[in-house]
Order: sequence, then structure tokens, then C-alpha cells
Amino acid sequence: MSEAPDRLLPLDSWHRAQGARMVAFAGYSMPIQYEGIIAEHRWTRESAGLFDVSHMGQLIVAGPEAEKGLEGVLPADLALLKEGRLRYSLLLNDGGGIVDDLMATRRGDHFYVVVNGATKQGDIDYLTDRLPRGVVLDHMKEQALLALQGPKAVEVLARLAPGVEQLGFMTGGAFTLDGGPVWISRSGYTGEDGFEISLPAQRATAAAELLAAQEEVKPIGLGARDSLRLEAGLPLYGHDLDTETTPIEADLGFAISKRRRAEGGFAGWHRIIREIEQGPIRRRVGLTVEGRQPVREGAAVIDADGDEVGKVTSGGFSPMLEAPIAMAYVPAASAEPGADIRLVQRGKIFQAKVAPTPFVPHRYHRKGAA
Amino acid sequence: MAVHYTEEHEWISVEGDVATVGITDFAQGQLGDIVFVELPEAGRQVTKGGEAAVVESVKAASDVYAPVDGEIVEPNGALSDDPSLVNSDPEGEGWFFRLRLTDPSQLDGLMDSDAYKAFADAQ
Repeated sequence: MSEAPDRLLPLDSWHRAQGARMVAFAGYSMPIQYEGIIAEHRWTRESAGLFDVSHMGQLIVAGPEAEKGLEGVLPADLALLKEGRLRYSLLLNDGGGIVDDLMATRRGDHFYVVVNGATKQGDIDYLTDRLPRGVVLDHMKEQALLALQGPKAVEVLARLAPGVEQLGFMTGGAFTLDGGPVWISRSGYTGEDGFEISLPAQRATAAAELLAAQEEVKPIGLGARDSLRLEAGLPLYGHDLDTETTPIEADLGFAISKRRRAEGGFAGWHRIIREIEQGPIRRRVGLTVEGRQPVREGAAVIDADGDEVGKVTSGGFSPMLEAPIAMAYVPAASAEPGADIRLVQRGKIFQAKVAPTPFVPHRYHRKGAA
Repeated sequence: MAVHYTEEHEWISVEGDVATVGITDFAQGQLGDIVFVELPEAGRQVTKGGEAAVVESVKAASDVYAPVDGEIVEPNGALSDDPSLVNSDPEGEGWFFRLRLTDPSQLDGLMDSDAYKAFADAQ
């Protein structure tokens, strides 16, 4: 990889002042933890956690052909996507492999797309290559992204940015926070109710100060972000998803909209439709592991003869269940909840069971549901 | 009772020919929340610098090396029930194992507490 020094987030000195331990991630120096991963994890599930996710790529895709152009590389039905609505989608290659996972929002005359930090440059290159002429792709490098997640996120943010409480899960809108315009969506990566706040980098420190000054809020590092998303059963690109995995193998078939399944017209459609009809060979599942020892990414899934038939792609310790949990690719025949799975890590065998995901129930605020 | 330290951030407290081994407060702070410790069984022979235990934090697994040669006398059973003792009391209740020294002269090459403090501060 590159020898370039890690880039600094707009909130770099703020993180350090909060006592963060900084690590290299996605080319940035990022806060892995403040007071400790388990305490931060539980705080997010019980109150509200503030995450700096400014390393993620925030893109604008504009022009009359933007919708059609994006539908060429995403399996989402963007024609159905209403103003201010978010859609989880997948950037696909011609073999049906996943180039990245992302959130796309219809926002006025353009789409606002948030992609992963580690993959953003590759995504931009791929989109530039694949989008038709006339579609304008703008990478908003001067834009920061904060997330406020947890059961108390709504009361905190409604106090500071009135009106956000009206948003339903996976919708967004323009609001005022700390005296300036921001874009806020009701979305996140923890399984909790919460919000993501896009704002100019030069206003990020003041906004973070304001949010963290609320008694319900503590800053949360990357370590808890990872354990929270694992409990929520949400895949992490580069670990649980990559260009060698398809959406069907990854159990993300919900991201392939009905019209797009029928009509195709997106990269990888032939492979994906075949897998929808015939079933994939392997599938991403959640696992609960016996005992207390975590089984981590890279551990092998083995069959009765000890031959490798799959792989653990994420694994760790669930602070809420107080037990090891993991995600793995297993043969389709062993992918149903309750199936026994054997794992091997550093020569030691572990017994595991396929578990329904999320491991900890989602608490999204769906309009009409609550 | 003399306490010695290694560059791998272990402490070794010697009483007669039996030594108690654990990881330092600096080490537990670096590892973060500890959720599991895999300990050697009584009777196992360990060699200086060889793997003796595995400590698992939320983030990652790390090996713990034997600071000296010896035979394991007793693993700390309390860590199976409460691995977080390593965080809360690393140089006391959070000890890893006791071993019988094979070669007490190996202790001579280890650091005392002042030397270790200077070493850890420079990390």
C-alpha cells in the first residue's frame, strides 16, 4: 500500500483533545477509541454516540442522465426513489462482484451518494469510467460527515436542529444546526435509531463541540463502530464484501429491486439473476461461537473431514450478548439458522451455529411503525 | 520479592523458585477491553520467548510470551470467569500463570521497575 502519511480528519485535533487513541485507517489518522470500546458500545445502545465518519466519500452525481447512468452500475430502482429518500445499494462490476456498498439519496436535481472511505478513490475512478458523458461527478472533499446514533439521538438532535424528529428511517432533508445549513438523514451503521449529518468541514469542530456538550452524547471511536455494526449484522466492505462476492452470496438480495431483477440492465445482472434462480453456492451468515474466545476474520470454516469450505470475514466479541459472534461465508446447504458450523483458528477447533441476524434487534424509526 | 519486566510488557514476580507472570498496566492499556485469556495448563513446559498465552481484546488477539524457561505450576483460573481482571488489576489479581523456574540466571537479563518505566514511557 501507499507510504503516504495518513491524512488528517477535519476533527483531528478535537479527537486528540477528547483523549482519543488514533490509528491509521482508510488512509486517515482516525480515533479507534476514547474511554474504551465496550463502554462506548454500550453508551451508543443506551444513550447517544457521536461518530466522525468524515473519511467516507461524499459524492454528487448530477445531470439529466444521472439516474439512468447510476442504474447501469447499481441494482436499485432509482426511478422509484422519491425526493429525500435514501437507498442502500451496491456498486457492481460486470461479473456481479461488489465494488463497494453505498447510500444513494435523491436530492433535488442530483443524487447524493456516500461511499466507503477506503474505496472512495476506486469508486470515483470506476464511476467516471462507467457513467455516460454529460453526467457530472463531484467529490465533496471539503464536506465532513458526523453520525449521531442511539435511542436518545432523536431527542438530542431535535433540540439542536428542530424538525429532524419528523424524518422517518432512510429519509433526509436540509436543516439548520449551529447556525448553518446541514443535510441530515435518519440512517446509520449501528442498528440503532440515529442520524447522519453532512456539513462543511470548517464547521465540523463547532458542531461536534455542540453535540458532545449534550449530556446524552459521548464521542465513539472506530472500535465500537465495528462491534456495533457486527451486532447489527451489517457487512463491512473489504471484509464481508469484495469484488469476489456477489449480492446474493452476501445475502443482500433485498438491494436488487423488483423492476431491476426483471429488466436487468445493470453490471453483473446475468450472474446475479442466475444466482437468484438457482441459489448461490455459498452464503454470508451470522454465527454464534461456543465459549468466550472470539473467532476473527481469516479463520476457516471446515467440513467434517477438516477441509476448508468457507471463511470467517468478521468476528469479535459482542458487548451486549457478552459472547463471541462472527460473520462467515458457509456452503449454502449449511446456511440456515441453527446449522452447526466448525471453525479453525490457529490450529484450534471452535463450534459455532448459524444465527439469525441482526444479533441485537434493529431499532430503526420507521414511519407508521412507531 | 523481586519484580522483573520484559520488553514485551510482561512482569515476573519471583518468590523462591516460583514466579508469577502477567502483563503490565501499560500493556493492558494498549490492548483495551480484554474479553478472553487462553492460559497454559499446569505441567506444560514453556521456553523463554515462546508462546505461553493468548490475550484477546475486543479488537485483536495478542500472544503473551514466557519471560523465562519453566514448568507451568498454575494458570489463573479467575481469568476464565472474569478476563477483565487483566484491565482492572493487571499487576495483581489479573496475573496469568505461575511457573517453576528452570534457570534463575535468566532473570538477570530483565528490567527492574525503574528501567521498565523508562522503557514504557519511550513507547
